[in-house]
Amino acid sequence: MAITEQDVIRVARLARIALTPEQQARTQTELNGIMNLIEELQAVDTQGVEPMSHPLSAHQEIALRLRPDEAAPASTTDHRDTLMSNAPAQTEGLFLVPTVIE
Amino acid sequence: MPLHSEFDSISSLRNALRDRKISALEIAQSALEAAQGRSDLNAFLHIEPELTLAQARRADEALARNEAAPLAGIPIAHKDVFVTKGWRTTAASKILQNYVSPFDATVVSRLEEAGAVSIGKLNCDEFGMGSGNENSAFGPVRNPWHADVVPGGSSGGSAAAVAAGLVMASTGTDTGGSVRQPAALCGVSGIKPTYGTVSRFGIVAYGSSLDQAGPLARHARDLVELLDVISGFDPQDSTSLMMCDEAENEPGRIRLDFDAAVQRQEVVAGRPLEGLRIGVPREYFNEGLDNQIAQAIEEALKVFESLGAKRVDVSLPRTRLSIPAYYVIAPAEASSNLSRYDAVRYGYRTASYGDLEDMTSRSRAEGFGPEVIRRILVGTYVLCHGYYDAYYLQAQRVRRMVVNDFQQAFSEHCDLIIGPVTPKVGKLIGENRADPTADWLADVYTLGVSLAGLPAMSIPCGFTADQRPLPIGLQLIGNYFQEGQLLAVADRFQQVTDWHQRTPEQR
Repeated sequence: MAITEQDVIRVARLARIALTPEQQARTQTELNGIMNLIEELQAVDTQGVEPMSHPLSAHQEIALRLRPDEAAPASTTDHRDTLMSNAPAQTEGLFLVPTVIE
Repeated sequence: MPLHSEFDSISSLRNALRDRKISALEIAQSALEAAQGRSDLNAFLHIEPELTLAQARRADEALARNEAAPLAGIPIAHKDVFVTKGWRTTAASKILQNYVSPFDATVVSRLEEAGAVSIGKLNCDEFGMGSGNENSAFGPVRNPWHADVVPGGSSGGSAAAVAAGLVMASTGTDTGGSVRQPAALCGVSGIKPTYGTVSRFGIVAYGSSLDQAGPLARHARDLVELLDVISGFDPQDSTSLMMCDEAENEPGRIRLDFDAAVQRQEVVAGRPLEGLRIGVPREYFNEGLDNQIAQAIEEALKVFESLGAKRVDVSLPRTRLSIPAYYVIAPAEASSNLSRYDAVRYGYRTASYGDLEDMTSRSRAEGFGPEVIRRILVGTYVLCHGYYDAYYLQAQRVRRMVVNDFQQAFSEHCDLIIGPVTPKVGKLIGENRADPTADWLADVYTLGVSLAGLPAMSIPCGFTADQRPLPIGLQLIGNYFQEGQLLAVADRFQQVTDWHQRTPEQR
């Protein structure tokens, strides 16, 4: 099943990646090449095979741990400043973004 | 050459440090000089001499009090996907070019607590996506054996730094072969342990059901030193294991298993590997395998047989299918993991933009390199409504079939599996750049292990006969939690061979 220009536009939008028209055309070719490689999977008879999401489930029972729903320690403004120091734009503990609601 | 290069192992340097024949500060200073003097390799991305020297001084203080931790003063370096408080962490991506982490990765803090001195952060493929270290926003790494050849990837800087003797060991991560493959192409040793035994906390995420950290060093004995310290349960990583079968997942487990395996080897004099069944998967020796590599593997198998091991023919029929399965699952997980780079909370933001979505989309398009964008788009596509069952779930079913092949081999035929790491030796930098999937096919011998979460390592087993010889790696694959056994078998091989002692200088 070939990937169309519309597919590329849709997927790029979903992935939040702005492609130029040239990049779009190249991406379409590349994705079709990649999907050719992946297409091999379709021919495999997987009837009755359970999908595997955790690799060690072949070896043992895997129950993903949950942690207690507790706030992490130390919520000082210093701590906040450290955590926010990598933000591209911020002021007074707020991340700055373009206006979302007028 | 740096001062530590006079020592052939971490334990011999440790003895010299403890006997005060040399100080951690002297070691660190000379390693920093060496690292800065080899900028031609482009192995290091961030060096902060003051941080390194402060760690070395702390090691010397502990040594003076006779309270030194096991790795006090040992010079190492971290792949730049491990977050570090002092050094920048970029994952070799423009999108994180100025990122400074507010915390250390668990692997980093465990090694620091063990006294290791970090010389800096190492170049890699962007977010671990690649197998030649060409996908770095900060330029490719050069192979110390041949400057025009790739060092492998994604942990290319980690392998090159060890091969060039700049550090005694380094950290890497392996999602589809990213520790084993560069170790092979640079002629060093590396191990990817069982999934879940080393914490992923603070490792920049790529494919969370596959990512696993592991060390690189000259030989198996030095790998034991690092792997033993970084292995252990971590409540901060939801997939971290508390138990490895009957043993607790904690520091000491690897060394205990390694020592026990070494002791078992001593029972029959002259035939230390008596009773060991080595499975050789016939699918790993197909027409795609370079002749010189096939020969080197054959010679290595003869060495194992001379040590008493028995060679068994095994089959891993879905080997080839691990490629499409991996290249659905890993990109799917990447597309989810990398959605965090939104140009709001951290990371690169484009200069001009309209609304919020435009800001994020432009920043991501400019901040990510082409291979990362490719994998995000593939991952987004296979997770789309309508394709999810056909691609993603189907890949996960095939994943189980790949994994079952390994389990059948281990339960019925062999104790460990040996084969090549790569079908070819290192390619030239720039080769295959036009076809993005060409490199993917070369991952054929490493992907199955990653899908299965099995422990596996690469050790040097020969060189090509070219005028500029290139290293060849041997892959050893163990069953779950068999790291100690694997390392002991590798160590035995390295006692009777000298491939791991060769350096690019002697050649």
